[in-house]
Amino acid sequence: MPLFEEGLVSLSQKLHNKEIKASDLVDEAFARIHEVDGDVKAFLTLNEEAARSEAKALDENGTAEEAILSGMPIGIKDNMVTKGLKTTCASHILENYDPLYDATVVDKVKTQKAITIGKLNMDEFAMGSSTETSSFAITKNPWDLERVPGGSSGGSAAAVAAGEVLFALGTDTGGSIRQPSAFCGVVGMKPTYGRVSRYGLVAFASSLDQAGPITRTVEDNAYLLEAIAGLDRHDSTSADVPVPHYAAELTGDIEGLRVAVPKEYLGAGIDESVKGKIRTAIKQLESLGAIVDEVSLPHSKYAVPAYYIIASSEASANLARFDGVRYGVRAETNDLIEMYKKSRSEGFGDEVKRRIMLGTFALSSGYYDAYYKKAQQVRTLIKQDFEKVFQNHDLIVGPTTPTPAFKIGENIDDPLTMYANDLLTIPVNLAGIPAISLPCGLAGGLPVGLQMIGRPFGEETLYRAAHAYEQTAGFTLTPAKGAMNQ
Amino acid sequence: MSRINEEQVKYVADLARLSFTDEEIKTFTTQLDDIIGFAEQLNALDTEGIEPTTHVLDMYNVMRDDVVEPSLPREEALKNAPLQEEGQVKVPLIMEAD
Repeated sequence: MPLFEEGLVSLSQKLHNKEIKASDLVDEAFARIHEVDGDVKAFLTLNEEAARSEAKALDENGTAEEAILSGMPIGIKDNMVTKGLKTTCASHILENYDPLYDATVVDKVKTQKAITIGKLNMDEFAMGSSTETSSFAITKNPWDLERVPGGSSGGSAAAVAAGEVLFALGTDTGGSIRQPSAFCGVVGMKPTYGRVSRYGLVAFASSLDQAGPITRTVEDNAYLLEAIAGLDRHDSTSADVPVPHYAAELTGDIEGLRVAVPKEYLGAGIDESVKGKIRTAIKQLESLGAIVDEVSLPHSKYAVPAYYIIASSEASANLARFDGVRYGVRAETNDLIEMYKKSRSEGFGDEVKRRIMLGTFALSSGYYDAYYKKAQQVRTLIKQDFEKVFQNHDLIVGPTTPTPAFKIGENIDDPLTMYANDLLTIPVNLAGIPAISLPCGLAGGLPVGLQMIGRPFGEETLYRAAHAYEQTAGFTLTPAKGAMNQ
Repeated sequence: MSRINEEQVKYVADLARLSFTDEEIKTFTTQLDDIIGFAEQLNALDTEGIEPTTHVLDMYNVMRDDVVEPSLPREEALKNAPLQEEGQVKVPLIMEAD
Protein backbone atom coordinates (compact mmCIF):
# COMPACT_ATOMS: atom_id res chain seq x y z
CA MET A 1 0.00 0.00 0.00
CA PRO A 2 1.33 3.47 -0.83
CA LEU A 3 2.46 5.33 2.29
CA PHE A 4 0.26 8.33 1.49
CA GLU A 5 -2.87 6.20 2.02
CA GLU A 6 -1.99 5.83 5.69
CA GLY A 7 -2.67 9.46 6.54
CA LEU A 8 -0.73 12.14 8.34
CA VAL A 9 -0.98 10.97 11.97
CA SER A 10 0.25 7.45 11.26
CA LEU A 11 3.04 8.64 8.95
CA SER A 12 4.19 11.27 11.42
CA GLN A 13 4.40 8.72 14.24
CA LYS A 14 6.29 6.25 12.09
CA LEU A 15 8.67 8.95 10.99
CA HIS A 16 9.29 10.06 14.54
CA ASN A 17 9.87 6.46 15.64
CA LYS A 18 12.22 5.96 12.69
CA GLU A 19 10.08 3.17 11.20
CA ILE A 20 10.16 5.15 7.95
CA LYS A 21 12.37 7.94 6.64
CA ALA A 22 11.41 11.30 5.19
CA SER A 23 13.33 10.17 2.11
CA ASP A 24 10.86 7.28 1.71
CA LEU A 25 8.00 9.78 1.57
CA VAL A 26 9.79 12.03 -0.90
CA ASP A 27 10.80 9.00 -2.97
CA GLU A 28 7.17 7.92 -3.13
CA ALA A 29 6.11 11.39 -4.31
CA PHE A 30 8.64 11.55 -7.14
CA ALA A 31 8.22 7.91 -8.13
CA ARG A 32 4.50 8.53 -8.48
CA ILE A 33 5.05 11.79 -10.35
CA HIS A 34 7.40 10.13 -12.81
CA GLU A 35 4.89 7.33 -13.25
CA VAL A 36 1.68 9.30 -13.80
CA ASP A 37 2.29 13.03 -14.18
CA GLY A 38 3.15 12.78 -17.85
CA ASP A 39 -0.57 12.06 -18.27
CA VAL A 40 -2.15 13.84 -15.29
CA LYS A 41 -0.01 17.00 -15.68
CA ALA A 42 -0.71 18.32 -12.19
CA PHE A 43 2.71 19.96 -11.76
CA LEU A 44 4.16 23.02 -13.48
CA THR A 45 7.48 23.08 -11.60
CA LEU A 46 9.19 20.34 -9.60
CA ASN A 47 11.41 21.02 -6.60
CA GLU A 48 13.11 17.62 -6.71
CA GLU A 49 16.70 18.41 -5.78
CA ALA A 50 15.83 20.66 -2.84
CA ALA A 51 13.10 18.27 -1.65
CA ARG A 52 15.49 15.31 -1.60
CA SER A 53 18.15 17.23 0.30
CA GLU A 54 15.60 18.53 2.85
CA ALA A 55 14.44 14.95 3.41
CA LYS A 56 18.02 13.79 3.86
CA ALA A 57 18.67 16.52 6.42
CA LEU A 58 15.55 15.50 8.36
CA ASP A 59 16.63 11.85 8.31
CA GLU A 60 20.00 12.84 9.74
CA ASN A 61 18.71 15.24 12.38
CA GLY A 62 15.35 13.70 13.29
CA THR A 63 11.94 15.40 13.48
CA ALA A 64 10.27 17.30 16.28
CA GLU A 65 7.18 15.46 17.51
CA GLU A 66 5.10 18.62 17.86
CA ALA A 67 5.69 19.56 14.21
CA ILE A 68 3.32 17.02 12.73
CA LEU A 69 3.95 18.18 9.16
CA SER A 70 7.70 17.42 9.38
CA GLY A 71 8.87 15.45 6.39
CA MET A 72 5.46 15.39 4.74
CA PRO A 73 5.42 15.95 0.95
CA ILE A 74 3.22 18.91 0.06
CA GLY A 75 2.24 20.49 -3.26
CA ILE A 76 1.76 24.26 -3.55
CA LYS A 77 -0.63 25.97 -5.95
CA ASP A 78 1.31 28.16 -8.34
CA ASN A 79 -0.32 31.41 -7.20
CA MET A 80 1.45 31.21 -3.82
CA VAL A 81 4.88 32.80 -3.90
CA THR A 82 7.77 30.50 -3.01
CA LYS A 83 11.19 32.01 -2.46
CA GLY A 84 13.59 30.90 -5.17
CA LEU A 85 10.99 28.60 -6.75
CA LYS A 86 9.34 29.93 -9.90
CA THR A 87 5.75 31.15 -9.41
CA THR A 88 3.79 31.69 -12.62
CA CYS A 89 0.06 31.74 -11.81
CA ALA A 90 -0.07 29.58 -14.96
CA SER A 91 0.34 32.79 -16.97
CA HIS A 92 2.85 33.77 -19.65
CA ILE A 93 3.12 37.20 -18.08
CA LEU A 94 4.79 35.64 -15.01
CA GLU A 95 6.57 32.77 -16.75
CA ASN A 96 9.97 33.99 -15.52
CA TYR A 97 8.94 35.25 -12.06
CA ASP A 98 11.32 34.28 -9.25
CA PRO A 99 9.77 35.34 -5.91
CA LEU A 100 11.86 37.07 -3.26
CA TYR A 101 9.91 35.75 -0.28
CA ASP A 102 7.56 32.98 0.85
CA ALA A 103 3.81 33.48 1.21
CA THR A 104 2.77 33.19 4.88
CA VAL A 105 1.04 29.84 4.24
CA VAL A 106 4.21 28.51 2.60
CA ASP A 107 6.37 29.88 5.40
CA LYS A 108 4.14 28.16 7.97
CA VAL A 109 4.35 24.70 6.41
CA LYS A 110 8.10 25.17 5.86
CA THR A 111 8.58 26.12 9.51
CA GLN A 112 7.15 22.71 10.40
CA LYS A 113 9.54 21.22 7.83
CA ALA A 114 6.94 19.95 5.41
CA ILE A 115 8.71 19.28 2.10
CA THR A 116 7.66 21.22 -0.99
CA ILE A 117 7.47 18.79 -3.91
CA GLY A 118 6.58 21.37 -6.53
CA LYS A 119 4.18 23.99 -7.86
CA LEU A 120 0.78 22.95 -9.09
CA ASN A 121 -1.13 23.87 -12.22
CA MET A 122 -4.22 26.06 -12.06
CA ASP A 123 -6.45 28.21 -14.21
CA GLU A 124 -4.55 31.34 -15.22
CA PHE A 125 -4.61 33.73 -12.23
CA ALA A 126 -7.17 31.32 -10.71
CA MET A 127 -9.80 32.43 -13.24
CA GLY A 128 -11.63 29.32 -14.35
CA SER A 129 -13.37 26.17 -13.20
CA SER A 130 -11.48 23.50 -15.15
CA THR A 131 -7.72 24.31 -15.19
CA GLU A 132 -8.13 24.64 -18.98
CA THR A 133 -7.24 28.35 -18.91
CA SER A 134 -3.69 27.53 -17.75
CA SER A 135 -1.20 28.90 -20.27
CA PHE A 136 1.07 25.90 -19.89
CA ALA A 137 -0.80 22.59 -19.57
CA ILE A 138 -4.22 21.02 -19.24
CA THR A 139 -4.40 18.96 -16.07
CA LYS A 140 -6.42 15.74 -16.39
CA ASN A 141 -8.78 14.23 -13.87
CA PRO A 142 -7.05 11.13 -12.40
CA TRP A 143 -10.42 9.32 -12.46
CA ASP A 144 -10.84 9.80 -16.19
CA LEU A 145 -8.16 11.46 -18.28
CA GLU A 146 -10.74 12.79 -20.74
CA ARG A 147 -12.28 14.89 -18.01
CA VAL A 148 -11.26 18.09 -16.25
CA PRO A 149 -10.00 18.01 -12.65
CA GLY A 150 -12.04 21.15 -11.94
CA GLY A 151 -10.49 24.48 -11.13
CA SER A 152 -8.96 26.69 -10.42
CA SER A 153 -6.94 24.53 -7.98
CA GLY A 154 -7.14 21.62 -10.44
CA GLY A 155 -3.47 20.71 -10.13
CA SER A 156 -3.70 20.62 -6.33
CA ALA A 157 -6.74 18.32 -6.27
CA ALA A 158 -5.44 16.06 -9.07
CA ALA A 159 -2.01 15.67 -7.41
CA VAL A 160 -3.61 14.58 -4.12
CA ALA A 161 -6.06 12.21 -5.84
CA ALA A 162 -3.28 10.68 -7.96
CA GLY A 163 -1.12 10.06 -4.88
CA GLU A 164 1.68 12.38 -6.06
CA VAL A 165 1.73 14.28 -2.75
CA LEU A 166 0.25 13.62 0.68
CA PHE A 167 -1.60 16.93 0.53
CA ALA A 168 -1.65 20.31 -1.17
CA LEU A 169 -2.56 23.95 -0.70
CA GLY A 170 -5.12 25.66 -2.89
CA THR A 171 -7.01 28.93 -3.03
CA ASP A 172 -10.76 29.49 -3.30
CA THR A 173 -12.33 32.68 -4.65
CA GLY A 174 -15.61 31.22 -5.96
CA GLY A 175 -15.18 27.49 -5.37
CA SER A 176 -11.60 26.90 -6.54
CA ILE A 177 -10.72 24.54 -3.67
CA ARG A 178 -14.09 22.81 -3.24
CA GLN A 179 -15.09 22.21 -6.88
CA PRO A 180 -11.82 20.47 -7.90
CA SER A 181 -11.86 18.54 -4.62
CA ALA A 182 -15.36 17.32 -5.50
CA PHE A 183 -14.34 16.42 -9.07
CA CYS A 184 -11.24 14.51 -7.93
CA GLY A 185 -12.73 12.77 -4.87
CA VAL A 186 -10.65 14.50 -2.19
CA VAL A 187 -11.33 16.75 0.82
CA GLY A 188 -11.06 20.53 0.36
CA MET A 189 -11.70 23.31 2.88
CA LYS A 190 -12.42 26.95 2.08
CA PRO A 191 -11.89 28.61 5.47
CA THR A 192 -13.67 31.70 6.78
CA TYR A 193 -12.43 34.89 5.11
CA GLY A 194 -9.57 36.11 7.30
CA ARG A 195 -8.89 32.71 8.89
CA VAL A 196 -5.74 32.25 6.77
CA SER A 197 -3.33 35.00 5.75
CA ARG A 198 -3.41 36.08 2.11
CA TYR A 199 0.11 37.52 2.26
CA GLY A 200 2.03 36.19 -0.71
CA LEU A 201 -1.00 34.89 -2.62
CA VAL A 202 -1.16 36.56 -6.01
CA ALA A 203 -4.39 38.52 -5.57
CA PHE A 204 -7.39 37.77 -7.78
CA ALA A 205 -10.40 39.18 -5.86
CA SER A 206 -9.17 40.44 -2.52
CA SER A 207 -12.52 40.46 -0.70
CA LEU A 208 -13.17 36.79 -1.67
CA ASP A 209 -9.78 35.02 -1.91
CA GLN A 210 -8.89 32.52 0.79
CA ALA A 211 -6.27 29.76 0.95
CA GLY A 212 -6.99 26.30 2.31
CA PRO A 213 -5.96 22.63 2.45
CA ILE A 214 -6.71 19.82 -0.02
CA THR A 215 -6.17 16.36 1.49
CA ARG A 216 -7.18 12.72 1.26
CA THR A 217 -8.96 12.69 4.64
CA VAL A 218 -10.84 15.05 6.93
CA GLU A 219 -8.31 14.45 9.71
CA ASP A 220 -5.35 15.45 7.51
CA ASN A 221 -7.31 18.51 6.47
CA ALA A 222 -7.89 19.55 10.08
CA TYR A 223 -4.18 19.34 10.85
CA LEU A 224 -3.15 21.23 7.75
CA LEU A 225 -5.62 24.06 8.39
CA GLU A 226 -4.41 24.38 11.97
CA ALA A 227 -0.87 24.73 10.61
CA ILE A 228 -1.64 27.52 8.13
CA ALA A 229 -4.35 29.52 9.98
CA GLY A 230 -3.96 32.57 12.18
CA LEU A 231 -3.37 36.28 12.46
CA ASP A 232 -0.54 37.64 10.32
CA ARG A 233 0.97 41.08 10.67
CA HIS A 234 1.56 41.10 6.93
CA ASP A 235 -2.19 40.81 6.17
CA SER A 236 -4.39 43.34 7.92
CA THR A 237 -7.50 41.40 6.85
CA SER A 238 -6.34 38.26 8.67
CA ALA A 239 -8.51 37.73 11.73
CA ASP A 240 -7.38 38.07 15.34
CA VAL A 241 -9.24 34.91 16.37
CA PRO A 242 -7.44 32.05 18.18
CA VAL A 243 -6.76 28.94 16.08
CA PRO A 244 -8.36 25.83 17.63
CA HIS A 245 -6.82 22.37 17.62
CA TYR A 246 -9.32 21.21 15.01
CA ALA A 247 -8.35 17.54 15.26
CA ALA A 248 -9.68 17.50 18.83
CA GLU A 249 -13.15 17.99 17.33
CA LEU A 250 -13.06 14.70 15.44
CA THR A 251 -15.10 12.79 17.99
CA GLY A 252 -17.58 11.15 15.67
CA ASP A 253 -20.41 12.61 17.76
CA ILE A 254 -22.96 14.71 15.88
CA GLU A 255 -25.99 13.80 17.99
CA GLY A 256 -28.42 16.72 17.94
CA LEU A 257 -26.54 18.70 15.29
CA ARG A 258 -29.07 20.88 13.47
CA VAL A 259 -28.55 20.48 9.73
CA ALA A 260 -30.22 22.66 7.09
CA VAL A 261 -30.71 21.52 3.51
CA PRO A 262 -31.48 24.45 1.18
CA LYS A 263 -34.15 23.50 -1.33
CA GLU A 264 -32.33 25.63 -3.94
CA TYR A 265 -29.31 23.31 -3.66
CA LEU A 266 -31.32 20.25 -4.70
CA GLY A 267 -33.45 22.01 -7.29
CA ALA A 268 -33.36 22.67 -11.03
CA GLY A 269 -29.99 22.48 -12.74
CA ILE A 270 -28.59 19.85 -10.37
CA ASP A 271 -27.87 16.47 -11.92
CA GLU A 272 -30.12 13.64 -10.70
CA SER A 273 -27.12 11.38 -10.03
CA VAL A 274 -25.65 14.07 -7.77
CA LYS A 275 -28.94 14.64 -5.95
CA GLY A 276 -29.21 10.90 -5.24
CA LYS A 277 -25.78 10.72 -3.62
CA ILE A 278 -26.43 13.84 -1.56
CA ARG A 279 -29.78 12.53 -0.30
CA THR A 280 -28.10 9.29 0.76
CA ALA A 281 -25.41 11.28 2.58
CA ILE A 282 -28.04 13.36 4.37
CA LYS A 283 -29.79 10.17 5.53
CA GLN A 284 -26.44 9.01 6.84
CA LEU A 285 -26.10 12.21 8.89
CA GLU A 286 -29.63 11.68 10.22
CA SER A 287 -28.80 8.13 11.24
CA LEU A 288 -25.91 9.58 13.24
CA GLY A 289 -28.33 11.74 15.22
CA ALA A 290 -28.37 14.96 13.20
CA ILE A 291 -31.69 16.79 12.97
CA VAL A 292 -32.34 17.69 9.33
CA ASP A 293 -34.66 20.46 8.05
CA GLU A 294 -35.32 21.90 4.64
CA VAL A 295 -34.65 25.64 4.41
CA SER A 296 -34.52 28.31 1.74
CA LEU A 297 -31.67 30.58 0.61
CA PRO A 298 -33.91 32.68 -1.64
CA HIS A 299 -31.18 34.84 -3.21
CA SER A 300 -29.01 31.89 -4.29
CA LYS A 301 -29.70 32.35 -7.98
CA TYR A 302 -28.32 35.88 -7.90
CA ALA A 303 -24.97 34.80 -6.50
CA VAL A 304 -23.30 33.93 -9.82
CA PRO A 305 -24.07 37.25 -11.58
CA ALA A 306 -23.17 39.26 -8.45
CA TYR A 307 -19.94 37.30 -8.12
CA TYR A 308 -18.82 37.88 -11.70
CA ILE A 309 -19.27 41.62 -11.32
CA ILE A 310 -17.52 41.81 -7.94
CA ALA A 311 -14.69 39.35 -8.63
CA SER A 312 -13.97 40.78 -12.09
CA SER A 313 -13.99 44.34 -10.76
CA GLU A 314 -11.50 43.48 -8.04
CA ALA A 315 -9.42 41.50 -10.53
CA SER A 316 -9.26 44.40 -12.97
CA ALA A 317 -7.69 46.51 -10.23
CA ASN A 318 -5.41 43.78 -8.85
CA LEU A 319 -4.07 42.79 -12.26
CA ALA A 320 -3.19 46.38 -13.15
CA ARG A 321 0.19 45.70 -11.52
CA PHE A 322 1.18 43.38 -14.36
CA ASP A 323 2.49 46.00 -16.74
CA GLY A 324 5.94 44.72 -17.67
CA VAL A 325 7.74 47.30 -15.52
CA ARG A 326 8.98 45.69 -12.29
CA TYR A 327 8.55 41.97 -12.97
CA GLY A 328 7.12 39.55 -15.48
CA VAL A 329 7.50 39.57 -19.22
CA ARG A 330 7.95 42.91 -21.01
CA ALA A 331 7.19 43.39 -24.70
CA GLU A 332 9.76 45.55 -26.45
CA THR A 333 8.54 48.88 -27.87
CA ASN A 334 9.75 52.47 -27.64
CA ASP A 335 6.54 53.89 -26.24
CA LEU A 336 5.54 53.44 -22.59
CA ILE A 337 1.77 53.06 -23.09
CA GLU A 338 2.36 50.70 -26.01
CA MET A 339 4.73 48.72 -23.79
CA TYR A 340 2.00 48.30 -21.17
CA LYS A 341 -0.59 47.29 -23.74
CA LYS A 342 1.64 44.92 -25.65
CA SER A 343 3.04 43.24 -22.51
CA ARG A 344 -0.44 42.69 -21.11
CA SER A 345 -2.06 41.63 -24.38
CA GLU A 346 0.68 39.11 -25.12
CA GLY A 347 1.01 38.00 -21.50
CA PHE A 348 -2.62 37.36 -20.50
CA GLY A 349 -4.90 34.67 -21.91
CA ASP A 350 -8.48 35.17 -23.11
CA GLU A 351 -10.34 34.39 -19.86
CA VAL A 352 -8.16 36.80 -17.88
CA LYS A 353 -8.67 39.50 -20.51
CA ARG A 354 -12.42 38.88 -20.52
CA ARG A 355 -12.60 39.40 -16.76
CA ILE A 356 -10.34 42.46 -16.78
CA MET A 357 -12.59 43.93 -19.48
CA LEU A 358 -15.79 43.12 -17.57
CA GLY A 359 -14.36 44.54 -14.34
CA THR A 360 -13.02 47.68 -15.99
CA PHE A 361 -16.41 48.23 -17.61
CA ALA A 362 -18.32 47.65 -14.34
CA LEU A 363 -16.10 50.15 -12.51
CA SER A 364 -16.05 52.75 -15.26
CA SER A 365 -17.66 56.13 -14.91
CA GLY A 366 -21.42 56.00 -15.42
CA TYR A 367 -21.72 52.25 -14.83
CA TYR A 368 -20.37 51.89 -11.28
CA ASP A 369 -23.71 52.25 -9.48
CA ALA A 370 -25.65 50.11 -11.96
CA TYR A 371 -23.28 47.14 -11.77
CA TYR A 372 -20.69 47.20 -8.99
CA LYS A 373 -22.74 48.85 -6.25
CA LYS A 374 -25.79 46.80 -7.18
CA ALA A 375 -23.77 43.59 -6.95
CA GLN A 376 -22.39 44.58 -3.53
CA GLN A 377 -25.96 45.21 -2.33
CA VAL A 378 -27.03 41.78 -3.58
CA ARG A 379 -24.04 40.38 -1.72
CA THR A 380 -25.57 41.75 1.48
CA LEU A 381 -28.86 39.94 0.73
CA ILE A 382 -27.00 36.66 0.14
CA LYS A 383 -25.08 37.07 3.38
CA GLN A 384 -28.34 37.75 5.24
CA ASP A 385 -29.89 34.56 3.80
CA PHE A 386 -27.13 32.56 5.49
CA GLU A 387 -27.38 34.52 8.76
CA LYS A 388 -31.09 33.72 8.96
CA VAL A 389 -30.51 29.98 8.49
CA PHE A 390 -27.69 29.94 11.05
CA GLN A 391 -30.00 31.39 13.71
CA ASN A 392 -31.58 27.95 13.99
CA HIS A 393 -29.06 25.59 12.42
CA ASP A 394 -25.44 24.59 12.96
CA LEU A 395 -24.65 23.49 9.45
CA ILE A 396 -25.88 23.71 5.86
CA VAL A 397 -25.50 20.64 3.65
CA GLY A 398 -25.83 20.16 -0.10
CA PRO A 399 -23.84 19.25 -3.20
CA THR A 400 -20.57 21.01 -4.05
CA THR A 401 -21.21 21.00 -7.79
CA PRO A 402 -24.26 20.53 -10.04
CA THR A 403 -22.60 17.66 -11.96
CA PRO A 404 -19.59 15.36 -11.67
CA ALA A 405 -16.47 16.29 -13.69
CA PHE A 406 -17.24 17.36 -17.25
CA LYS A 407 -15.19 16.59 -20.35
CA ILE A 408 -12.18 18.61 -21.42
CA GLY A 409 -13.29 21.13 -24.04
CA GLU A 410 -16.99 20.77 -23.20
CA ASN A 411 -17.52 24.24 -21.67
CA ILE A 412 -14.41 26.22 -22.51
CA ASP A 413 -15.95 28.21 -25.38
CA ASP A 414 -19.03 29.16 -23.41
CA PRO A 415 -18.15 31.41 -20.46
CA LEU A 416 -21.69 31.52 -19.02
CA THR A 417 -22.07 27.72 -18.86
CA MET A 418 -18.65 27.51 -17.25
CA TYR A 419 -19.60 30.17 -14.69
CA ALA A 420 -22.86 28.36 -13.84
CA ASN A 421 -20.80 25.40 -12.63
CA ASP A 422 -19.94 27.44 -9.53
CA LEU A 423 -23.51 28.26 -8.46
CA LEU A 424 -23.31 26.16 -5.28
CA THR A 425 -19.88 27.34 -4.15
CA ILE A 426 -19.95 31.07 -4.95
CA PRO A 427 -22.53 32.15 -2.30
CA VAL A 428 -20.13 30.96 0.42
CA ASN A 429 -17.34 33.26 -0.80
CA LEU A 430 -19.70 36.22 -1.07
CA ALA A 431 -20.75 35.66 2.56
CA GLY A 432 -17.17 35.04 3.73
CA ILE A 433 -18.13 31.83 5.57
CA PRO A 434 -16.32 28.46 5.66
CA ALA A 435 -17.25 25.35 3.68
CA ILE A 436 -15.76 21.92 3.11
CA SER A 437 -16.23 19.47 0.25
CA LEU A 438 -15.73 15.78 0.85
CA PRO A 439 -16.40 12.70 -1.28
CA CYS A 440 -19.80 11.03 -0.86
CA GLY A 441 -19.55 8.29 -3.47
CA LEU A 442 -19.32 7.76 -7.20
CA ALA A 443 -21.86 8.54 -9.92
CA GLY A 444 -21.07 6.88 -13.24
CA GLY A 445 -17.58 6.14 -11.95
CA LEU A 446 -16.89 9.78 -11.06
CA PRO A 447 -16.64 11.28 -7.56
CA VAL A 448 -19.47 13.39 -6.13
CA GLY A 449 -18.73 16.10 -3.55
CA LEU A 450 -20.79 16.73 -0.42
CA GLN A 451 -20.58 20.36 0.68
CA MET A 452 -20.97 21.45 4.30
CA ILE A 453 -21.24 25.16 5.03
CA GLY A 454 -20.70 26.67 8.48
CA ARG A 455 -20.94 29.86 10.51
CA PRO A 456 -18.06 32.36 10.42
CA PHE A 457 -15.11 30.67 12.18
CA GLY A 458 -17.22 27.51 12.48
CA GLU A 459 -14.57 25.25 10.89
CA GLU A 460 -14.63 23.01 13.99
CA THR A 461 -18.26 22.08 13.40
CA LEU A 462 -17.55 21.38 9.73
CA TYR A 463 -14.67 19.07 10.59
CA ARG A 464 -16.69 17.27 13.25
CA ALA A 465 -19.61 16.61 10.92
CA ALA A 466 -17.42 15.80 7.91
CA HIS A 467 -15.33 13.37 9.94
CA ALA A 468 -18.39 11.65 11.44
CA TYR A 469 -19.78 11.20 7.92
CA GLU A 470 -16.47 10.04 6.42
CA GLN A 471 -15.84 7.45 9.15
CA THR A 472 -19.28 5.87 8.93
CA ALA A 473 -19.58 6.10 5.14
CA GLY A 474 -16.50 3.94 5.26
CA PHE A 475 -14.50 5.12 2.30
CA THR A 476 -11.87 7.40 1.03
CA LEU A 477 -11.78 7.35 -2.73
CA THR A 478 -8.78 6.25 -4.73
CA PRO A 479 -8.83 6.25 -8.52
CA ALA A 480 -7.70 3.03 -10.17
CA LYS A 481 -4.02 3.14 -10.97
CA GLY A 482 -4.62 2.14 -14.56
CA ALA A 483 -6.93 5.10 -15.10
CA MET A 484 -3.97 7.44 -14.90
CA ASN A 485 -1.97 6.07 -17.80
CA GLN A 486 -3.05 6.53 -21.38
CA MET B 1 -30.86 45.38 -28.10
CA SER B 2 -27.18 45.15 -27.46
CA ARG B 3 -25.96 46.59 -24.18
CA ILE B 4 -22.42 47.31 -25.25
CA ASN B 5 -21.02 48.19 -28.68
CA GLU B 6 -17.63 47.89 -30.32
CA GLU B 7 -16.72 51.51 -29.65
CA GLN B 8 -17.33 51.02 -25.92
CA VAL B 9 -15.28 47.83 -25.92
CA LYS B 10 -12.39 49.70 -27.56
CA TYR B 11 -12.70 52.46 -24.96
CA VAL B 12 -12.69 49.95 -22.06
CA ALA B 13 -9.73 48.12 -23.63
CA ASP B 14 -7.80 51.37 -23.64
CA LEU B 15 -8.66 51.99 -19.96
CA ALA B 16 -7.51 48.44 -19.14
CA ARG B 17 -4.30 48.88 -21.19
CA LEU B 18 -5.15 45.99 -23.48
CA SER B 19 -5.08 45.95 -27.26
CA PHE B 20 -7.14 43.72 -29.50
CA THR B 21 -7.43 42.92 -33.19
CA ASP B 22 -10.68 43.86 -34.94
CA GLU B 23 -11.76 40.26 -34.82
CA GLU B 24 -11.07 40.03 -31.08
CA ILE B 25 -13.06 43.22 -30.52
CA LYS B 26 -16.03 41.56 -32.25
CA THR B 27 -15.78 38.43 -30.11
CA PHE B 28 -15.34 40.37 -26.89
CA THR B 29 -18.27 42.63 -27.73
CA THR B 30 -20.58 39.62 -28.11
CA GLN B 31 -19.25 37.84 -25.03
CA LEU B 32 -19.29 40.92 -22.79
CA ASP B 33 -22.78 41.74 -23.99
CA ASP B 34 -23.92 38.24 -22.97
CA ILE B 35 -22.23 38.46 -19.58
CA ILE B 36 -23.60 41.94 -18.86
CA GLY B 37 -27.04 40.75 -19.91
CA PHE B 38 -26.67 37.86 -17.49
CA ALA B 39 -25.64 40.29 -14.73
CA GLU B 40 -28.73 42.38 -15.37
CA GLN B 41 -30.77 39.66 -13.66
CA LEU B 42 -29.77 41.54 -10.54
CA ASN B 43 -32.07 44.36 -11.58
CA ALA B 44 -35.01 42.11 -10.70
CA LEU B 45 -34.11 42.66 -7.05
CA ASP B 46 -35.15 45.75 -5.15
CA THR B 47 -32.01 46.86 -3.30
CA GLU B 48 -33.26 50.28 -2.24
CA GLY B 49 -31.76 51.07 1.16
CA ILE B 50 -29.60 47.91 1.32
CA GLU B 51 -26.03 48.58 2.48
CA PRO B 52 -23.44 47.28 0.03
CA THR B 53 -21.10 44.65 1.56
CA THR B 54 -17.54 45.76 0.97
CA HIS B 55 -16.07 43.52 3.62
CA VAL B 56 -17.47 40.41 5.26
CA LEU B 57 -15.79 40.72 8.66
CA ASP B 58 -16.25 43.50 11.19
CA MET B 59 -13.16 45.48 10.35
CA TYR B 60 -11.16 47.86 12.44
CA ASN B 61 -8.03 49.86 11.74
CA VAL B 62 -4.85 47.94 12.31
CA MET B 63 -2.25 50.32 13.75
CA ARG B 64 1.40 49.78 14.54
CA ASP B 65 4.30 51.92 15.65
CA ASP B 66 6.12 53.61 12.82
CA VAL B 67 9.42 51.81 13.23
CA VAL B 68 11.91 51.42 10.42
CA GLU B 69 12.65 47.77 9.72
CA PRO B 70 15.08 46.23 7.27
CA SER B 71 13.59 45.85 3.82
CA LEU B 72 14.72 44.10 0.66
CA PRO B 73 18.16 45.09 -0.58
CA ARG B 74 17.88 47.12 -3.78
CA GLU B 75 19.73 44.53 -5.82
CA GLU B 76 17.27 41.84 -4.81
CA ALA B 77 14.22 44.05 -5.30
CA LEU B 78 15.36 44.64 -8.88
CA LYS B 79 16.01 40.97 -9.59
CA ASN B 80 12.78 40.45 -11.54
CA ALA B 81 12.83 43.78 -13.41
CA PRO B 82 13.01 43.17 -17.17
CA LEU B 83 15.32 46.16 -17.65
CA GLN B 84 17.37 48.07 -15.11
CA GLU B 85 20.12 50.63 -15.01
CA GLU B 86 22.08 52.15 -12.13
CA GLY B 87 19.92 50.54 -9.48
CA GLN B 88 16.64 51.63 -11.03
CA VAL B 89 13.93 50.09 -13.17
CA LYS B 90 14.26 51.32 -16.73
CA VAL B 91 11.20 52.00 -18.93
CA PRO B 92 10.77 53.52 -22.40
CA LEU B 93 10.95 57.30 -22.68
CA ILE B 94 8.00 58.91 -20.88
CA MET B 95 8.58 62.51 -22.02
CA GLU B 96 10.00 63.86 -25.24
CA ALA B 97 12.96 66.20 -24.94
CA ASP B 98 12.51 69.67 -26.50
